[in-house]
Amino acid sequence: MDLMSSIGLIIPELILSVSGLVLLLVAAWGGNDAAKPVSIAACIALGGAFFLVAPSVCAGASGPDTLAFYGQFRADAFAGIAKLMIYAAAGAALVVAPAYFERLNAMRPEFAILVLFAALGMSIMVSAADLLTLYIGLELNSLAAYVLAAYLRDDDKSAEAGLKYFVLGALASGILLFGMSLVYGFTGTTSFTGINAAIAGGLSGGQLFGLIFVLAGMAFKISAVPFHMWTPDVYEGAPTPVTAFFASAPKVAAVALLARLSLEAFGSQAAAWQQVVTFAAIASIVVGALGAIGQDNIKRLLAFSSINNVGFILIGLATATLAGASAMLVYLAFYVAMTIGSFVAVLMLKDADGNALETFGDIKGLSTTNPALAWCLLLIMFSLAGIPPLMGFYGKLVVFQAAVQADLLPLAVIGIAASVIGAFYYLKFIKVMFFDEPVDRVQGTSDWSHWALLVISTLVISPIAFLGTEWLGNLTDMAAAALAVAG
Amino acid sequence: MTGFPILSLMLLVPFVAAIACFFVEAKLARSIALVATLINLVLGVVLWANFDIGGDQWQFTERANLFAGFQWSLGIDGIALMLIMLSVFLMPICIGASWTSINKRVGEYMAAFLFMEVLMIGTFAAQDLFLFYIFFEAGLIPMYLIIGIWGGDDRIYASYKFFLYTLLGSVLMFIAMLWMANEAGTTDIPTLMQYDFPAGAQTWLWLAFFASFAVKMPMWPVHTWLPAAHVQAPTAGSVILAGVLLKLGGYGFIRFSLPMFPEASAQFMWLVFSLSMVAVVVTSLIALVQHDMKKLIAYSSVAHMAIVTAGLFAFNVQGIEGAMMIMLGHGLVSGALFLCVGVIYDRLHTREIDRYGGLAINMPKYALFFMLFTMASVGLPGTSNFVGEFLGLAGIYKMSSTVAFVCTTGIILGAAYMLYLYRRVVFGEQKNADAAAMPDLDLREWLMLGPIAAAVLWMGVYPESFLAPMRSDIAALETRLSRAVPAGDANLEIGEPAPAEEVADHGGAH
Repeated sequence: MDLMSSIGLIIPELILSVSGLVLLLVAAWGGNDAAKPVSIAACIALGGAFFLVAPSVCAGASGPDTLAFYGQFRADAFAGIAKLMIYAAAGAALVVAPAYFERLNAMRPEFAILVLFAALGMSIMVSAADLLTLYIGLELNSLAAYVLAAYLRDDDKSAEAGLKYFVLGALASGILLFGMSLVYGFTGTTSFTGINAAIAGGLSGGQLFGLIFVLAGMAFKISAVPFHMWTPDVYEGAPTPVTAFFASAPKVAAVALLARLSLEAFGSQAAAWQQVVTFAAIASIVVGALGAIGQDNIKRLLAFSSINNVGFILIGLATATLAGASAMLVYLAFYVAMTIGSFVAVLMLKDADGNALETFGDIKGLSTTNPALAWCLLLIMFSLAGIPPLMGFYGKLVVFQAAVQADLLPLAVIGIAASVIGAFYYLKFIKVMFFDEPVDRVQGTSDWSHWALLVISTLVISPIAFLGTEWLGNLTDMAAAALAVAG
Repeated sequence: MTGFPILSLMLLVPFVAAIACFFVEAKLARSIALVATLINLVLGVVLWANFDIGGDQWQFTERANLFAGFQWSLGIDGIALMLIMLSVFLMPICIGASWTSINKRVGEYMAAFLFMEVLMIGTFAAQDLFLFYIFFEAGLIPMYLIIGIWGGDDRIYASYKFFLYTLLGSVLMFIAMLWMANEAGTTDIPTLMQYDFPAGAQTWLWLAFFASFAVKMPMWPVHTWLPAAHVQAPTAGSVILAGVLLKLGGYGFIRFSLPMFPEASAQFMWLVFSLSMVAVVVTSLIALVQHDMKKLIAYSSVAHMAIVTAGLFAFNVQGIEGAMMIMLGHGLVSGALFLCVGVIYDRLHTREIDRYGGLAINMPKYALFFMLFTMASVGLPGTSNFVGEFLGLAGIYKMSSTVAFVCTTGIILGAAYMLYLYRRVVFGEQKNADAAAMPDLDLREWLMLGPIAAAVLWMGVYPESFLAPMRSDIAALETRLSRAVPAGDANLEIGEPAPAEEVADHGGAH
């Protein structure tokens, strides 16, 4: 394993870091005028990375050939498929941002650069094959994310969101680091495969402690209950394009990382973490559903919805099987589309002066004043609720199928019953748009890029996408199989 | 016709029309919807004409491996054929019923109805477990919108209740389906109908399916969504709800619960019987004291459906054939009764029984139709429901004389509340001037009620046309159930029917 082959495996990450650094210099000399070109260049960099990763996903790359830097970094199909979602979500955030920030006179080049660095961090996270790589990726992503949350520095809510995110995020990083040090201390290694070999005979108390702390730190990153408290505040306070980004890309990265950590590093002791994940899954579904009921702010509601969805994703992980991991990836793919779609739609809710509208009172009777937007939102909401024939249902189908195959019937029954609670508030969304008397506050026009993204995400979750399930299922199966080879 | 994907075509026509309805203005949307539903009716007739009675159990089968985990797999037997016919027959009438009474957001309304048609036909024709679930469950979306947007005053409460009740019932069934697919290694419904699940598991699976179908049916005590939804839905919505959607529950019992879990069905027979007996008596009594016409008919639907469930779980040919005939007859009659209510609601905008009276004087033609459907609902010989109720009760009697006795009181109570309703609305003196001034039926209303009246009489006078396609399927179901039949108490021996000469002549006509 020479240096050149290692570098060959990290070309997508190299593109992102080099272009990030170059654009930083451009921004330093170009000032705010360079905002738009920098944004476009960042998009191109993400697109380039996307197309470089795609072949390895289609080929189902796995095995020792995907290891770089002496087992620090793994560019296999599992990481690849997560990267594709991350790059796509980051690109979407870049596309929708200019229209939002320009109106607030806040369109500065650093937004695109921060998104780029966050994407780089996530890219490293999902490829981590060692606790050290994991931490580098996680922190690179987190630091960029803290700044992004507080991006509108004149706005109190945004600043508050940034502060909350930072304080709680630092706490979670501390917990994670503590857990990692315990794991290292009691196993003598930081590599995932090494840890797995070390605990194969059974978990000692210290190892179990370390495992729990690592899981707690990760639970914060994916905002699983009981580490979800920051989510509604941060999602509400952060600028909407940033919230769209937070709800999609970092979720993918953290979930993929958690899956790799659980299955590769602690795969031989699955029983130890399965109950933790099962609890987090059910608690997230229930709390996410109940918490959303009283919300009047759409962004807060979507925050609870994302907590709810993480619960369903964790059901896939709780199975501790490869089929479960594959199901998780399928769910994530549709989750990203639904999240991007819903936040783009929120971005398009503007009054005549272009001010953002965020409460239910503003979208009353939207279906008569702006039918296209309302119908897209209707499909997205029913999809989030998991009602067939939309693809949110298919995500639930594969996840619960994995749970049933793994003989986790009680988990499946409780999870699906709780999803009915969730349906209640998605219905409220539709009720407000379709049944209430119109107030006609949403009058602002949106540019074509918003419409394009909304239509694309709606098509991805529409029944047409059933035709692609076979293809997607093959990809995710291969990706999950890459995990097994590693273990 | 073999090889031609007629079922897919029947799904495609309303689907394309629904999409088109979104983009056109009101007048054109109405025409598109009417034409599409009429095309489907014609296709339905073609389907029936080409259905080979006594041939293969599954006909018009199509299969395409398009998806991961489940397939696009369609096919029908006689039972599904009859229910599809009911759907395609009622749809143009529903569009007609909404022709003038729906004035806001017509395009979206018509689209919702056309989507409903796609989903109903899909549910009856699906031969794959998950494809069935998708069609079955997706019906919630258009129905939620129909009730919520175009419904009456309390529409939002009704739409929520409808949606959440039926969703909670269905998700448990979904988990059971996942388990079954995993256990049997296939999602193909005909294969699953022959698969013997372990008896212990059958209990749980049966209960999970029961949770869904009992709500859809609806059975007492989970029927409370129905009156709310019915009263608040627009006329055509009520017709579709009563006419076809309620049949999904019965269809589910016939297609899933009985053949797939015969032992569990026998085990829970008394649960079904008890709930049915309570429903027949209680909901009939509730219907007797209603002041709202739609509510009265809604409660009568629950009572009729209770006889259906009791008949299905009688474990014999008569019971199941009777249940199917009640479902078909009730689909026509309750649909027609809701249309009758709609006719006078459109004129006076109230459903209060007391606001009417003496309509026989100013609306004689209306009174005639209303009379026919009232009598059919009561089960008068010569009308559709008589056949079903007679067969059903004979089947129930074979299994248990007590249950048959209680169910028969339901028929008597049914006569009471229907005749009482008819007397208050149509007979008596004309105490309300505005009601007395209402004009009689116009051509559109004639065209809606006339075909249903003809079908009701046809089914009552010559039920063989409808029983023939289902006969071999129901016989196959009885064979499948024979290993689990509980002992009956009446020991009724039903003799061989006398040979009907006309069978050969009429067999080819439809």
